Amino acid sequence: MPINLDAYLGVHAKALPLRSQRTEVLAANIANADTPGYRARDIDFKAALAAASNPQSAAQLKTTQSRHISTAQVNGTPAGELKYRTPLAPALDGNTVDTQLEQAAFAENSVRYQATLNFLSSKFRGLLTAITGQ
Amino acid sequence: MSSFKIFDVAGSGMSAQSVRLNTTASNLANADSVSSDPNQVYKAKHPLFEAIRAGLGTNGASNGVAVKGIYESTAPATARYEPGNPLADANGYVYAPAVNSVEEMVNMISASRSYQNNVEVMNTAKEMMLATLRLGQ
Repeated sequence: MPINLDAYLGVHAKALPLRSQRTEVLAANIANADTPGYRARDIDFKAALAAASNPQSAAQLKTTQSRHISTAQVNGTPAGELKYRTPLAPALDGNTVDTQLEQAAFAENSVRYQATLNFLSSKFRGLLTAITGQ
Repeated sequence: MSSFKIFDVAGSGMSAQSVRLNTTASNLANADSVSSDPNQVYKAKHPLFEAIRAGLGTNGASNGVAVKGIYESTAPATARYEPGNPLADANGYVYAPAVNSVEEMVNMISASRSYQNNVEVMNTAKEMMLATLRLGQ
């Protein structure tokens, strides 16, 4: 019986690239903490994961001409899941990055990334145990 | 692999902050560089940061920072009455640059903290990538 690796790994295989992408977005926020006019962004993780696990459920705009802009997925994540953060205390220069908030989100995201990795790792170890039969 | 872009983003942030630290050092070092002509005196320099809109990341998710330019403060030089100074003009005045030392110190601390943030981001991203490489072992 062939093993469906996608089904076996479950949601974790889809969560990992999303976590990695969120790290990238948060890194950009932290790097731009002193850039005038920069608006902090984040990924709506719940919506992004739902869209990644079930591509049919995500609303897609139809493109009937080659020059229409597609909402199709770019590198696995729909572009629409990237949202602007609501600033708690916007700065005079238009920058909406709250460094403490971004750092907290970055740490949280990094821990969750490690958790997803651990889940995947134990899945692979289980598979290896089954294969070697020891 | 998209994680490599984190290094680009954090690296651009570090380089921008070090430019800011450089201008702060220059301003503080020249705080007492007096001149006999108010137009010739040193002017405080400040960098202008700008987000790199395109080029990095998937669907524009990650913006690096670029130093758009360095602008010079337009604040007028402060005149000091020092008739004994060899640089003094006919009326006995020398002109000192309009460098606000307190403001520069605050800038220095802010730049240094932002730099550390970017280093921390880079370290965490590195650890995450190494953990991914060890996946399944």
